[in-house]
Amino acid sequence: MPALDVNRLAKTYGSGEKTTEALADVSFSVDDGEFVCVVGPSGCGKTTLLKCIAGLLGPTRGEVLLRGRRVTDPPEEMALVFQEYGRSLMPWTSVRNNVLLPLRHKKLSRNTRSELVEQSVDSVGLTRFIDHYPWQLSGGMQQRVAIARALAYQPSILLMDEPFASVDAQTRADLEDLLLRLHDEYAITILFVTHDIDESVYLADRVVVLTHAPTSVKEVVPVPLSRPRDQITTKELPDFTHLRGHVARLVRREQVAPV
Amino acid sequence: MNTRAYTAAKIGAEIAVPVALLAAWQLWTARADSQFFPRLSTILVEFRDLWLFSQFTSDVVPSLERIALGFGIACLAGIVLGIPIGLSRWLRLWTTPHIEWWRAVPPPALLPISIVLLHSIENRQKVAFIAFFCFFPVLLNTIEGVRGIDPTLIETARSYGIPRRERLWRLVLPAASPQIAAGMRNSLSLAVITMVLAEYFQGTNGVGYVLNISKNTYQMPPMWAAIVLIGVLGYLANVLFLLAERRLLAWHRGWRRAEAV
Repeated sequence: MPALDVNRLAKTYGSGEKTTEALADVSFSVDDGEFVCVVGPSGCGKTTLLKCIAGLLGPTRGEVLLRGRRVTDPPEEMALVFQEYGRSLMPWTSVRNNVLLPLRHKKLSRNTRSELVEQSVDSVGLTRFIDHYPWQLSGGMQQRVAIARALAYQPSILLMDEPFASVDAQTRADLEDLLLRLHDEYAITILFVTHDIDESVYLADRVVVLTHAPTSVKEVVPVPLSRPRDQITTKELPDFTHLRGHVARLVRREQVAPV
Repeated sequence: MNTRAYTAAKIGAEIAVPVALLAAWQLWTARADSQFFPRLSTILVEFRDLWLFSQFTSDVVPSLERIALGFGIACLAGIVLGIPIGLSRWLRLWTTPHIEWWRAVPPPALLPISIVLLHSIENRQKVAFIAFFCFFPVLLNTIEGVRGIDPTLIETARSYGIPRRERLWRLVLPAASPQIAAGMRNSLSLAVITMVLAEYFQGTNGVGYVLNISKNTYQMPPMWAAIVLIGVLGYLANVLFLLAERRLLAWHRGWRRAEAV
């Protein structure tokens, strides 16, 4: 059984003449421990798709199955990391309390909670800043806090919505490598939405390419590049160039398509 | 100008301006020798005798109690009611016209009604009157503060399955707190105004009562002493509030500064 099964998902907004069809028919699956990236032309409903998968939005048709169970509300074994790191963190309290937030209502002992917090903050390299306010940190570091919070929650699947879209290129490369390391260490399943084609090929085991809205799956591209991956050597491989070219062509064809 | 010099200048101005005005008052009143404008020295002696000694417990303490009680009730009610209204579009739809109407009524217009309704010119009526008018700034600011919460924060909480009660306590309330504090500060100055008003028109004690009695009996020094005390009360209340806010909402100042960069 796949970890996540997206089955003929459709989502329409509004009704009557003002109906907007965001998702037409989206199907794909994610296996246990897999790293899957979703790319598509801008405005293709990537965020809508992710919110439906996360149980934050109800689909119009179709279903999302998490280990065979239908998702209707945000499931407990799922964590979500947004692009707007600064807005998903609480500015009035420390990094520690931000990471602790989703653990407070879990049935865990006090010690286990603080261990989880410290461990996950450590694994994103922010131990020194655990008692800082989030706004005292740089953008990249704030996104690490959001990642640490997701890890501490101990999800079996991590959903990420363009998480590195608003940091500079160098920070972005660092965060990508951090994420690959965590994927390996925590044996976590990751579904990663991005508009960056290089990023998707660099990170993923498979890349799901979406069409423009109303969205369906254009093609699922397997990425058989070996791991661990490296920002320089992996991106030099002819296979990498070939794959990114292939994905880029798929996306570009969608972008010039008539609306 | 560096910050230290600026702070020094600010404190200097805060002290120097009133001192200069008081000196001018003393010089002018000494020359004018008017019955209605007694000398500053006379007012200050009166101030000391009245407020610091003979009538401190009989008039100053009751006034302070009324402000504290009325303001406290208003803050509590404003926050408790403001949060659900801020969270619900439907509640806002039904409550907004009422809120807008009542807050548009000037306080003196409601004085007679408050006396009739509550059958009282004692503390009950005074506190209720103060609380009623202090309630609106807190309520409106709480509603706006709650409405203004970043949807990303709420979605984050939902995706982590954080229960409603905890969301209120740990997200909604702190996120709205800077704006709630702004409303409370407005209310605090309103509390002083409405306290004087309520005591001035109907009352048996309090600073506003002394003000009215002194005026009616042509006793100018105690009247001026009452005016000075009311000003000092309002000023001190605001200073204390700002100090508390600076401590409790330190994160907000830091955050705003970080966002501005």
